[in-house]
Amino acid sequence: MSASAVFVLDLKGKVLICRNYKGDVDMAEIDHFMSLLMQHEEEGLICPVMSHGSVHFMWIKHSNLYLVATTNKNSNASLVYSFLYKLVEVFTEYFKELEEESIQDNFVVVYELLDELMDFGFPQTTDSKILQEYITQEGTKLEVAKSKVPTTVTNAVSWRSEGIKYKKNEVFIDVIESINVLVNANGSVMSSDIVGSIKLKTMLSGMPELRLGLNDRVLFALTGRDKGKTVMMEDVKFHQCVRLSRFDSDRTISFIPPDGESELMSYRINTHVKPLIWIESVIEKFSHSRVEIMVKAKGQFKKQSVANNVEVRVPVPSDADSPKFKTSTGHAKYVPEKNLVVWTIKSFPGGKEFLMRAHFGLPSVENDELEGKPPITVKFEIPYFTVSGIQVRYMKIIEKSGYQALPWVRYITQSGDYQLRTNV
Amino acid sequence: MTDSKYFTTTKKGEIFELKAELNSDKKEKKKEAVKKVIASMTVGKDVSALFPDVVNCMQTDNLELKKLVYLYLMNYAKSQPDMAIMAVNTFVKDCEDPNPLIRALAVRTMGCIRVDKITEYLCEPLRKCLKDEDPYVRKTAAVCVAKLHDINAQLVEDQGFLDTLKDLISDSNPMVVANAVAALSEIAESHPNSNLLDLNPQTINKLLTALNECTEWGQIFILDCLANYTPRDDRESQSICERVTPRLSHANSAVVLSAVKVLMKFMEMLPKDLDYYGTLLKKLAPPLVTLLSAEPELQYVALRNINLIVQRRPEILKHEMKVFFVKYNDPIYVKLEKLDIMIRLASQANIAQVLAELKEYATEVDVDFVRKAVRAIGRCAIKVEQSAERCVSTLLDLIQTKVNYVVQEAIVVIKDIFRKYPNKYESVIATLCENLDSLDEPEARAAMIWIVGEYAERIDNADELLESFLEGFHDESTQVQLQLLTAIVKLFLKKPTETQELVQQVLSLATQDSDNPDLRDRGYIYWRLLSTDPVAAKEVVLAEKPLISEETDLIEPTLLEELICHIGTLASVYHKPPSAFVEGSRGVQHKRLPATANSPDASSAAAVADAPPAVIPSQGDLLGDLLNLDLTPTTTGPTPAVSTGIQMGAMDLLGGGLDSLTMIDSVWVQVWVPAMKAKGLEISGTFARRAGVIQMEMTLSNKAMSVMTDFAIQFNRNSFGLAPAGPLQVLIPLSPNQSIEVTLPLNTVGPVMKMDPLSNLQVAVKNNIDVFYFSCQYPISILFVEDGKMERQVFLATWKDIPNENESQFQIKDCHLNAASSKLQGSNIFTIAKRTVDGQDMLYQSMKLSNGIWVLAELRVQAGNPNYTVTCLLWVQNT
Repeated sequence: MSASAVFVLDLKGKVLICRNYKGDVDMAEIDHFMSLLMQHEEEGLICPVMSHGSVHFMWIKHSNLYLVATTNKNSNASLVYSFLYKLVEVFTEYFKELEEESIQDNFVVVYELLDELMDFGFPQTTDSKILQEYITQEGTKLEVAKSKVPTTVTNAVSWRSEGIKYKKNEVFIDVIESINVLVNANGSVMSSDIVGSIKLKTMLSGMPELRLGLNDRVLFALTGRDKGKTVMMEDVKFHQCVRLSRFDSDRTISFIPPDGESELMSYRINTHVKPLIWIESVIEKFSHSRVEIMVKAKGQFKKQSVANNVEVRVPVPSDADSPKFKTSTGHAKYVPEKNLVVWTIKSFPGGKEFLMRAHFGLPSVENDELEGKPPITVKFEIPYFTVSGIQVRYMKIIEKSGYQALPWVRYITQSGDYQLRTNV
Repeated sequence: MTDSKYFTTTKKGEIFELKAELNSDKKEKKKEAVKKVIASMTVGKDVSALFPDVVNCMQTDNLELKKLVYLYLMNYAKSQPDMAIMAVNTFVKDCEDPNPLIRALAVRTMGCIRVDKITEYLCEPLRKCLKDEDPYVRKTAAVCVAKLHDINAQLVEDQGFLDTLKDLISDSNPMVVANAVAALSEIAESHPNSNLLDLNPQTINKLLTALNECTEWGQIFILDCLANYTPRDDRESQSICERVTPRLSHANSAVVLSAVKVLMKFMEMLPKDLDYYGTLLKKLAPPLVTLLSAEPELQYVALRNINLIVQRRPEILKHEMKVFFVKYNDPIYVKLEKLDIMIRLASQANIAQVLAELKEYATEVDVDFVRKAVRAIGRCAIKVEQSAERCVSTLLDLIQTKVNYVVQEAIVVIKDIFRKYPNKYESVIATLCENLDSLDEPEARAAMIWIVGEYAERIDNADELLESFLEGFHDESTQVQLQLLTAIVKLFLKKPTETQELVQQVLSLATQDSDNPDLRDRGYIYWRLLSTDPVAAKEVVLAEKPLISEETDLIEPTLLEELICHIGTLASVYHKPPSAFVEGSRGVQHKRLPATANSPDASSAAAVADAPPAVIPSQGDLLGDLLNLDLTPTTTGPTPAVSTGIQMGAMDLLGGGLDSLTMIDSVWVQVWVPAMKAKGLEISGTFARRAGVIQMEMTLSNKAMSVMTDFAIQFNRNSFGLAPAGPLQVLIPLSPNQSIEVTLPLNTVGPVMKMDPLSNLQVAVKNNIDVFYFSCQYPISILFVEDGKMERQVFLATWKDIPNENESQFQIKDCHLNAASSKLQGSNIFTIAKRTVDGQDMLYQSMKLSNGIWVLAELRVQAGNPNYTVTCLLWVQNT
């Protein structure tokens, strides 16, 4: 059904740790992995699935590690990749950083986790908060309490333990919208969308029932209310904890939240957004002598708002040298290892326009290698504001002990995949 | 302090030292020693010699130590089966530990010790754990049943564990239900005919309830299991869809894809005029688009599946072109897939945008991506007629870039555009000719030569151009040689006066100096044609060509249907049926989509109507393993695999196979391959059994303009192991407009693979032009052997012995006894006995299939009623 075995390899392909779940694939098959990968790389056809004889490798890369699952069946590939990414998530939460050293330093826990996360190829409990209740890093100090299975593991509510206590009951809600834009070299917006995410930091006692109210257009249409601005969410994805069938029937977002930080939901809005920071660029390349770059950035958002930590990244040829810059605000920096000029503006008020000029020399001997045409990318963050106009109307918190809890809401709009193609 | 310190000991006598430490009295030291052992194991050192010492540490209260010892056991038990028995006692004891964590750990590890000898000791503990009060233990035990089944299936069945597992589907705990479903699915997958997952509306309801409560992984197990169910009617189908659609909002991409699979499959049963059908279509698009924001590997799986979905139901994503635009930092495998989908979605409405994008991509640096982008432009031209002109001018712009591989790709696609729109864009030929020298790839050279030959009359220096290619004739690839030969003959026919010398030169190069039979044959044919009847030659060589098809690279419809049933799996990523890459899946049934509810009989007709018009199978993905076959018939093939035939399950023969029984002797000569689809070769034929020999009687007609030679035939594995008994006897070349009748004797000793429908046969026919694939169905009656008459006594005894599940009953309408019996006799169906009960005539008949399966039938006839009832029993003779 899914993985026969899971391997963690270093960059050279050496097995750091592995777990054989089904025994139907020879564990030595992993020796072919690296040569296969090299072969694919040489042909320029890297692929997340590779096969050698009857064995299929599904792999992902994380920092200096490869995580590889093997199988010889018609496995559920999407399940395997989801699981591998889940492994990364769990290991990262256990060891802060997942890399070669952390695997070696914690091999006993890694074995224990691998045993608990998957059984015979079937993923089991993968919620790291729950796992941490009975698979502890300080194995030596094994207490009786910790050697019991938390009932949570098999509960219908498998993401929250019972008996959580806070002195002050609070929920912090972050509404974060990322803008994805793709602009053509001639300045027309090819595609744009908003990917929103609502993140929670829950500090609530007991088993609270929460209900989140948004200005969701479908909900308003359903209940016949028509007050104020509503938002049409194209596609909504929820955390495990949200009752999907409830949402499907009456658009109610009701759930028992996981403790601590979690992403409650994400949504996508497919409307034409005006690119919040508009870039006009003129890049002139004079072969064998110089490159001249002129970039104009304009804040196309409300005057009251301010974009913070704006970074405009402009590509330059890899053989460029002797950079010179002039900026109307902020400062520009050449990052040769990435072939970029990074223009940073700490605070960029709406409606304002700034300018940056850069000048590079080019060697008289031309670089033979063809270079791609990387786009200009922009990073920014605008607090207290969402492009879509989405709003949290309420967050109802009900717990049987009847405590009062406070929800705090924060809105941020930021750049997502924000690319502007250039004509050089 | 970290664990890395355990890796550091590399001294000599290490094993000896460890042994001492393992037997130490101090708990702490013991544990440290075990950790060192595991560390050594991790870095690949053989520490199996310590087996008894490590096992001695097993009885401990320390959970961490116990886990380590268990881990060690899993690794080394297989190599030390005798010693593994030492561990059994502790397992049994641990399965009764008051701590559920330990009980579960024991039952989990037990199943991972793949030693046959100890399995039977584990049955009792497993039985207890399956009924454990703690759900954590039960869910672990459920998986353990699948593990045990993998080691010793018989034992699991004898112990009744399968029934217990089925009971767990009704367990109160959702995790337990999910794992039970997963375990059952796993067992059912490796034993396709076990009928284990007996899905009925009650169990489906239980699954749907558990779906709302279990973990994300459990939801995937349940959805994948649901996808195997076939609802009884469209109402049931709709109600399941309604309960599955909320899963589309799950954050885990794998849950979403599995839900899409269920919906895509069950949707087939919904009438298209139903409101809900439209609603469902609309609900599918947004989650599919969102999958493209997942991690790149998941995006890749999603894109491969979207590629299938847009072929099956183009309406779902027709407005979503933009989301498939390539981003600069997409990995190459994502870029290539997006490109493919862009072409599939290209239409008149969005073509301007698509072309602008493709042009952008064609100036990138990644060679494979650029090539594919250029090719895509050509495909757009062919697909969307209104865009052809713009495509051609875009291609010309690209040729101006003079980037070598861009020019070559552009020329290859321009050739196809000429074929699609004759006499429209020939003005560009001059530009193409300028780039002649830069072409170094055979495909591009062949395309250019084709263009020069085809339009020789418009190219002043055509003879010079072709002559320049001729210089290195022998270094060219066959593709180029053949094309050059044809082009020069074309040129000669158009401009005979100046090119006589040239044509003689190429003919002699092809016929005398080449050892390639295809080239030589073609050369001789031209030679003979030109010398005997130049007028006829002109008609043949310069004949008008059929237009090329609009859609290319579509997946063949039956394969597409099967792949839709495998959404999310490796099959859907490879675009190959599982049987093509999973060993031992020969007997596995090919999955098919359910038929539309309102017209059960017309399902195949509906599928044809829905299916895209013409499919040019691309060589890469069609018919899976048929491609891997050697096209020359082998007489020394694998030994007949009769047992495989039996294992594939008697029930299926009754299920679908008997439909074809009723058409016993209708001699249907069918056109299997129309000339359009096989470059001018038309194949029609029928099957017959004559004097005990199965024959495939075919008529091959050459409707092309060139002579066909080198015919060969090969079958894919099929339900009854049909295979050619000799080579295809086409001894003389087949001239244009000529037909030939061939009788190909068949035997039944070929490799066996269950097909759906059962009597489906996939055939590959090769000639000098290409390889063509087709499927046809043979009447089951050709498989009835002559010695199918059973002794009366044996018949009676056998009739009683055959279990009920091998029985099938159906009605034959409007049948006439006299006509029927003579037909039956002629088809090797033998009447054994006849008796009259309550005014009904009962006829008992027997027949035997070539693979040794007997069919016993009872035909009940009521006087005056033209409808007969047939009861059929299947019996597999064990010899």
